[in-house]
Amino acid sequence: MNYDKELDARGLACPMPIVKTRKALNDLASGQILRVMATDAGSVADMAAFAEQTGNQLLAQTQEGPAYVFFLKRK
Amino acid sequence: MTAKKMALIATKGTLDWAYPPFILASTAATLGYEVQVFFTFYGLQLLRKDISDLRISPLANPAMPMPVPMPVLVQALPGMEAMASMMMKNKMKAKGVASLPELRDICIESDVKLIACQMTVDLFDFQKSDFIEQAQFGGAATFLGFAGNADICLYI
Repeated sequence: MNYDKELDARGLACPMPIVKTRKALNDLASGQILRVMATDAGSVADMAAFAEQTGNQLLAQTQEGPAYVFFLKRK
Repeated sequence: MTAKKMALIATKGTLDWAYPPFILASTAATLGYEVQVFFTFYGLQLLRKDISDLRISPLANPAMPMPVPMPVLVQALPGMEAMASMMMKNKMKAKGVASLPELRDICIESDVKLIACQMTVDLFDFQKSDFIEQAQFGGAATFLGFAGNADICLYI
């Protein structure tokens, strides 16, 4: 999937992947896509909850080795 | 849509118990909540300028995982608290847990209101200059004024 910006949140624990995702999305224009990598197992549930509560769309979630990869579309 | 609101009361001043209010406050602010945290009694420690010296005590804390079983009397020896605190901080760093100053800075950057309970500030003879400049001061009525309209209200 194409994306406009990438955030490496690997190695960070809750709540930093979410906090950094918010900041990274703020730098994007509406409709642009952010790719996030995280190793925090809690981020799988948290990223979905973040998307639901903020209205930014979670387009896809995959796994690459030990990392969870998320694609979020800025509201 | 008006923002959701979260009101917290932070009453504890140890390294471990400093985390829940700062994690919830920073995350809620990240999610767009309006957040106010009321720091009272030992929670006031979390508003001091330097919070890098907060400690965790293994004493009277039987749920704390220890690397080796440790009798209570050993836990009470001089230096044990400092050692446990250092070990906890090292573990947190190794696991990618943000530091307390870092989490508090996120709260400040995202406009979380940090209220120091004036009654306990006076009780413990703290000075306003002991606290970070972003601390505001108020009492129970101040907290209730915000908490009365909050969607989430927690006592920690």
